[in-house]
Amino acid sequence: MATLLSLPFGFAVAYIMTYKKFRGMVVLDVLVNLPLTLPPVVVGYLLLLLLGQNGLIGKWVLQPLGIRLIFSWKAAVIATSVVGFPLMVRSIRTGMETIDKQLIQASRTLGAGWLDTIITVIMPLSFRGVLAGSILMFARGLGEFGATIIVAGNIPGVTQTIPLAIYEYVSSPSGDVMAMSLCLVSITISVIVLVFHEWLGRRMVRVD
Amino acid sequence: MELNFAVQKKLDKFFLDMDFVIKGDRIGIFGPSGCGKSTLVGLIAGLHHPDRGHILINGQAVFDSTEKVNIPVEHRRIGMVFQRPHLFPHLSVKANLLYGYKRCAPGERKITLENLLDVLQIGDLLHRGVNNLSGGEKQRVAIGRAVLSNPRMLILDEPLSALDDSLKFQIIPFLKKSCEVFSIPYLFISHSLTEMRIMTERVLNVVDGRVSGQMTAEELAREVMGKGPTPYVNLLHLNRPRRRDGMSAYRWGDSEFLISGDGRDEALYELSSTDIILFKRHPEAISARNLLKCHVSEMFEMGNRVGVVLMCGGEKLVAVIMKETVNDMDIKEGVEVYAAIKATAFRELG
Repeated sequence: MATLLSLPFGFAVAYIMTYKKFRGMVVLDVLVNLPLTLPPVVVGYLLLLLLGQNGLIGKWVLQPLGIRLIFSWKAAVIATSVVGFPLMVRSIRTGMETIDKQLIQASRTLGAGWLDTIITVIMPLSFRGVLAGSILMFARGLGEFGATIIVAGNIPGVTQTIPLAIYEYVSSPSGDVMAMSLCLVSITISVIVLVFHEWLGRRMVRVD
Repeated sequence: MELNFAVQKKLDKFFLDMDFVIKGDRIGIFGPSGCGKSTLVGLIAGLHHPDRGHILINGQAVFDSTEKVNIPVEHRRIGMVFQRPHLFPHLSVKANLLYGYKRCAPGERKITLENLLDVLQIGDLLHRGVNNLSGGEKQRVAIGRAVLSNPRMLILDEPLSALDDSLKFQIIPFLKKSCEVFSIPYLFISHSLTEMRIMTERVLNVVDGRVSGQMTAEELAREVMGKGPTPYVNLLHLNRPRRRDGMSAYRWGDSEFLISGDGRDEALYELSSTDIILFKRHPEAISARNLLKCHVSEMFEMGNRVGVVLMCGGEKLVAVIMKETVNDMDIKEGVEVYAAIKATAFRELG
């Protein structure tokens, strides 16, 4: 869910960073990539400060709307999104940078507006980057621990993710079997995702 | 078409400052690499934004900084053919061709896919992927894609410079024919004098971001060749040869050229002005296979040499001789001369 939710934002940010020239580009670049270098626990703590009941967004935006994010599954989604976002943006950006600028100019002179050009030229030609970014983010999300445990806690059936559950089972004396089972589930999911990625990539090469 | 252009644009260290009005349906923009030709056409097409000034096409402003007019690139209806084909790699040939057509207002769709396929001879390529086309086929599809967008004008931005010589002269007829058949005026950008002479009537000479002059393609050829070490070259469009003694005999005005080798039905030949030898009287015996009786219609200076325009049965040929030769032979406008040309002096282009 975090990957799907981040996709439109990731694409938009990658588009801006690839095709728009503006002051403050470095600031945007740093902001986007910060979660990549910060320890996940720090990211989680900052999110807690921001989205918590006394936080800037929590107090002034979420509370008036009656929304409570912290220690809910939505917080886990947000934490995973923030931590994996730079990986997604980087991959999509790399995909976009390989598109010849004159293809975009050709599309515009042929009567396509910028949105039309994004949909009919940039999206299909950066699809590999989008796919790679999504897989990377999904994989990162699967292993996410630090930020999630801070903003979402470890509530079984509500916010407990696979890594959190494994942590809990490993900490309890009789949890080895369950921990191993969840490890196998993780491996299975990872293998399925990687095989799907490889299959889609090969299929696209054949279409080219 | 009338193009009224007065624009200033700064790009890093380059400054473009041009002010001109040019009329014609086959306009050339000539100049060396880096002189601002592509920036100029980018400004006209709307791909670059001028700092100030105006751009009017047939009296209609597509950009005017004082009137705050700036028609977006997609609404200017200016088709572009680039140096490389730049076909959309994820689309078929047909989808590439129809990309602009589908985005053209129904009322403006005068050129249809069927008309275009005939002219460009690309009917059998329609369902192929663009990565399975040869270089020449790709460029023909790129021309077709721009033409089918039914533009009010075409910008041909060095469309031949990435092609080798033989391919270049295969593409030129398609380029000319599609613009002629569908009556599309064009701007042709190139640093090749030969291409300029084949493709255009009037030419803007661009140097260092400024227009240094406006002239016919022929005047440009005389000016450039007069300054450089390369002598003036005659371009001859010849067709339907007869075979004679291992040579090709092409009709040229009232005369005939004998050219060594098997010439093509439709051929373009180069003939250097220094390969033409002038005689004041008919030489009794001469080894050259072509001897033409001509009148001198015009003479012009080319550095330390003189260009002599010869009228031969309604056709023009330029010979270049030394200044001293003009006095020695007493050559002046109106006099009759004989021009001798070897059959091997002609070089077929393409």
